[in-house]
Amino acid sequence: MLGFLLRRIALAIPTLLAVMTAVFVLARVVPGDPAQVILGDQATAEALAALRQRLGVDRPLPAQYVDFLSGILRGDLGTSMVTGKSVWAEVLAVLPYTIELTLAAILLGILFGVPLGVLAATRHNRLPDALTRVLSLAGLSFPAFVSAVLLLLVFAIELRWFPVISNPRSGDLLERLQHLALPALNLGLIMTAYITRVTRSSVLGVLGEDYIRTARAKGIGRRAVLWRHALRNALIPVATVIGLYLGTMIGNSVLTEIVFNRPGLGKLILGALNQRDYTLLQGLMVIFAGFIVLANVATDLAYGLIDPRVRAR
Amino acid sequence: MTAEAVAIETVRRRRSAFRFAAAPLTWIGAALIALIIVAALLAPWIAPYDPLEQSIADRLMPPSAEHLLGTDSFGRDVLSRLIHAARISLAVGVLSIALAMVAGCAIGITAGWIGGWFDSLVMGALDVLMSFPSLLLGLMVVAMLGPSLEHLVLAIAITELAPFARVARAPTLALKERDFIEAGRALGLSELRIIVVHVVPNLLGDVVVVASLWLATAIRTEASLSFIGLGVKPPTPTWGGMLREGFETILDAPWLSVAPSLAILATVLALNMIGDGLRDAVDPRLRRD
Repeated sequence: MLGFLLRRIALAIPTLLAVMTAVFVLARVVPGDPAQVILGDQATAEALAALRQRLGVDRPLPAQYVDFLSGILRGDLGTSMVTGKSVWAEVLAVLPYTIELTLAAILLGILFGVPLGVLAATRHNRLPDALTRVLSLAGLSFPAFVSAVLLLLVFAIELRWFPVISNPRSGDLLERLQHLALPALNLGLIMTAYITRVTRSSVLGVLGEDYIRTARAKGIGRRAVLWRHALRNALIPVATVIGLYLGTMIGNSVLTEIVFNRPGLGKLILGALNQRDYTLLQGLMVIFAGFIVLANVATDLAYGLIDPRVRAR
Repeated sequence: MTAEAVAIETVRRRRSAFRFAAAPLTWIGAALIALIIVAALLAPWIAPYDPLEQSIADRLMPPSAEHLLGTDSFGRDVLSRLIHAARISLAVGVLSIALAMVAGCAIGITAGWIGGWFDSLVMGALDVLMSFPSLLLGLMVVAMLGPSLEHLVLAIAITELAPFARVARAPTLALKERDFIEAGRALGLSELRIIVVHVVPNLLGDVVVVASLWLATAIRTEASLSFIGLGVKPPTPTWGGMLREGFETILDAPWLSVAPSLAILATVLALNMIGDGLRDAVDPRLRRD
C-alpha cells in the first residue's frame, strides 16, 4: 500500500507543476496591461508604472514565472490588491463555510443516492427504476443557480420556512442548521442525482457477474448477496464519482453561495472578479486547481483501499 | 479490437438503433428540443413584442392577458425576451460544442496517430485542462478576455475540449493497427487522406454521442456565466442574464425568475434525455435486454 501511495503522489507532482503553469499562462493572457485594466483610461503614466511595479508585471515573463512558482512552494500566494491582506488569509476566513456546505451536500447525496440507486437496480425496468431514472436526470439537468433560485422562491419567500439570506455566522447550532439547510439541499439534490445514477448502473453491472450467481447458488439470501457481496464492488465507481464530482461541486457551490448570499469561496471569487483583483483571482485558481489534483490522488487512494487489484497495478 | 470484435460491435449498434426508437424519454426530449429550436428560429414572427422595447409605465407587471409572462423592470415583455433569448443560448451552445468537437477531435486523432511521447504529452496536458472545474475555467477565460459572444464561445469550447480529444484518441489507437489502414498506405494514400477518409468516419458515432451529452453542459455553462454577469452584454436577452435581472427583484416580481429558470431547465433536461438515450443505444453494457 505504501508503494502505491508513494507512486501515486510522485505522479501528481508533474501534474501539479503543469496546472500551476497553466494558471500562470491564463493569468498573463490578459489582453493588454492589467494595470491599465485596473486603473482605467484616465490613469497617468506614473500611476500605471507604479502599479505595474507593485504587481510585478514590469519584469520579464520568465522572472515572473520563477517568482510565481517559488511563491507557491513557500506557500505564498501573494496579497489581495484590494484589501491588502494575504490571499491565504482571505481564503481561510471563508473556507470553513464552503467546506461545511460541501460536506453537507456530499452527505445528503450519499444518504439518498445510494439507497435510491440500489432500489432502481433491484427493481430494474419496473416503475421505481423508471421514476428514479427520470428524477435523477431532472436533478442532473438543474443548473445549480436555477434550482437555488426556485428553492429560494418556494421555501424562503413563499413558505418562509428558511431564511432568505444564509448567514452561517448566526448563533446556536439549530439556527446554523436552518441557515445551512437550503444551500445544502440545493447542492445535495444534484449530488443525489449523480450518485443515484452511478450506483444504479454499477449495481446492475455487478448483479450480472458470475460470483453473484455462485453466491446465490450456494443458498445465500438475496438481501445478503446484495448488501455484502454486490454493494462492496459496486461502490468503487461511486467513490470515484464523488471524487470526480468535486470539481463540478466547486462550480456549483460558487453559484449556490451567490444566490443565498452566503460567505464562502464562491462569493470571494465573485468579489475578486467585480473588483478586478487579479492577484486574489490567480491565488484562488491555484488553490482550486491544486485541490482538484489532490482530490484525484485521494480518489485513487480510496480506490486502492476498496479494491486490492488497483494496488497491484 | 480484433476484426471480429469490430464486426460484432457494428451489428450491436445497428440493433441498438431500433432500441433508440423504443425509448420514450428520448423522444419526449427530441420533441421538446424541436419545439425550442422552432421557437428560436421563428422568434421575430412569433414573439408578441419587440424584446428590447422599454415601457417604464408598464414595468414589473405580473402575468396578464396582455403580457403572458409579465414585464421586467424596464417594462419589456418577458415572453418576447424569453423566445429571443433561446436564439443566443442555442447558438452559443452549438457553436462552442462545434468548436470543441473540431479542435478536440483534431488533437485526439493526432495524438493517437503519432503515439509515443507526443501522445503522452498531449494526454497529460488534457488531464491538466480537466483538473480545472469547467465553470471556473470558463469564468477565468471570460474574465481575462472580457465578456462578449465570441469570448463566451471560446471559453466554453476550451472547457469541453478534453472529452472530445479522449473519445477521438482511443479508436484512433486501435484503428491505426488495422489492415485496411496498411492497405491504404500500400496504395500510396497520404496520411491526411487516410485519416480523413478512413479514420474519421469510424469514430464519428462516438463523437456525436459525446457532443449531444456535452451540448447540455455547454448551454448550462453559458447560462451560469451569464448569471454571474460574464455573458453577452445587456440589453441582448439571454436566459442566464434574464434570471440574473429577475433575481435582483425576486421579492417584488418572482415571475421574472421563474420563466427563464424553466426555459433553461427544459432545454438542458431535453438535451440530457436525448444524450442519455443515444448513450444507452451505443453502449452495449447499458443495454436493456
